[in-house]
Amino acid sequence: MHSMTCNIAGVELKNPVIMASGTFGFGREYAQLYDPGLLGGISGKGITLHPRAGNKGSRMQETASGMMNSVGLENPGVEAFLRDELESMTQWDTAVMINLGGADIEEYVKAASIINDACAAQRREGHRTADMLELNISCPNVKEGGMQFGIRTEVARQVVREVRMATALPLIVKLSPGAEDLTAMAVMCEEEGADGISLVNTFQAMKIDIRRRRSAFQQTYAGLSGPAIKPIALRMVHQTAQAVRIPVIGMGGITSAEDIVEFIMAGAAAVQVGTYNFMNLRAGVELISGLEAWMRQERVQALDEIRGIV
Amino acid sequence: MQKGRFTVAKVISNVRYAPDINVLKVEGDYAGAMGQFYMLRCWDSFPLLSRPISIYDIGDGYIAFMFRIVGTGTELLAGLQPGDEVQLEGPFGQGFPEVEGRIALVGGGMGTAPLYMAAKRYTQAEVFLGFSTTAFGVPAFEERTSQVTVTVGAESILEHVQPERYEYIFACGPHLMLEALAHKVEGTEARLFLSAEKRMACGMGACLVCSVQGPHGNRKVCKDGPVFEAGEVDWDALHDL
Repeated sequence: MHSMTCNIAGVELKNPVIMASGTFGFGREYAQLYDPGLLGGISGKGITLHPRAGNKGSRMQETASGMMNSVGLENPGVEAFLRDELESMTQWDTAVMINLGGADIEEYVKAASIINDACAAQRREGHRTADMLELNISCPNVKEGGMQFGIRTEVARQVVREVRMATALPLIVKLSPGAEDLTAMAVMCEEEGADGISLVNTFQAMKIDIRRRRSAFQQTYAGLSGPAIKPIALRMVHQTAQAVRIPVIGMGGITSAEDIVEFIMAGAAAVQVGTYNFMNLRAGVELISGLEAWMRQERVQALDEIRGIV
Repeated sequence: MQKGRFTVAKVISNVRYAPDINVLKVEGDYAGAMGQFYMLRCWDSFPLLSRPISIYDIGDGYIAFMFRIVGTGTELLAGLQPGDEVQLEGPFGQGFPEVEGRIALVGGGMGTAPLYMAAKRYTQAEVFLGFSTTAFGVPAFEERTSQVTVTVGAESILEHVQPERYEYIFACGPHLMLEALAHKVEGTEARLFLSAEKRMACGMGACLVCSVQGPHGNRKVCKDGPVFEAGEVDWDALHDL
């Protein structure tokens, strides 16, 4: 009997495959193609206290083995999310992460406590609710906030500390690969009471439209994801997993079951899959069956046997 | 949105219509309405993303896509031989509306492709097709209706369109042409529906990379469009793919 189960901050996942924020909406679209209940978890599209229209101009450019996006946290705002999406998102038998972004500490904290109250109320009424809060301190595509919290450890500390106080939900902090000292950032999250960390968010990158002699993106830089970043992401997950005791959710360019195995061997408790959802709309289910087949073939009974062995 | 369907199908034919324009015909029975699109792919992991291509034609046992060869993805699609396999996912998006009345179809270059399904549906429609260098695909329209006006070169096809003669105008083409047409339609009774273009990743409304701004909020080209009524989205939002 092979078991793919994982435990993140007391939340039991049936398998380590979580759909990454921003690549899976709130699950509705993909639910037309397969049952999201087969997944280990879903991290919802990043939300913020207030609705955001997102960035103008081109929002996406393909690269060799990757893509750059500059969506800019387009989202309906926390109130509309709780009203229109959370119930739908928790209908499937899968772990639900609410991904929260923000422009300043006050915004983060306000939104976190609104989410906390709403989830607590749902639970009191006996309803299913979100399982975790994923704090996005690493979005490269919003001018203010976002990224700057992702770079400086001591700036980020303030956000993590205050959001930690504002929520009873298990707290996962999503890190940027642009952090000035990634392991110090991870250790800081652990010190401030985070229940886990996830990494990496996209790499800040650039594309120039040479005909018009300007950046292809109105925000100048955009976030690079996809197979191109996988080797770097894997190294960062490896370094981070060795620096902290809390679970590390690894991501960056996963497109196969073997990639998932690599991240787990590097020390990841679970993984997130992002860009691959666009290459293959049924990525989630195919990765899960691929991982199961690999475990059977390699006679691995549980992922703990291989976790962090490298 | 209709439920997406994934198919791996065989190529029937792949014909060069103009120096950089191909029509790819694929075996099978497919759903799809005028103005909707499919995500196409005939490669493994490079390029990364599938290509959104509007439906050119659907018939008994086939679906056809007309596309311009602009990069790696469309080059690979253009290289497909009869019998080769291609992956299709769709149909996606909101197409041209079902209406009754006097209709004009106005297409510019590659933008003529999604109008062919509309010409089959509205055989009484008047068709206007403009091309910058070479005309292509015109005979197919002429088989459906005798009212086809074509311009090639500097003369704008819009000079021939008199919006006040129609209740509905369906258009697709370069954004500057669509914008000029919208100005021409302003103040008449005609309702203008246009098909927009934007780079896509998921193709079904989850990733928001094809969002465009409009007076009543953002619209997703893949899910709310690609066909919009004029005024629903801002023109400058369509300038960059």
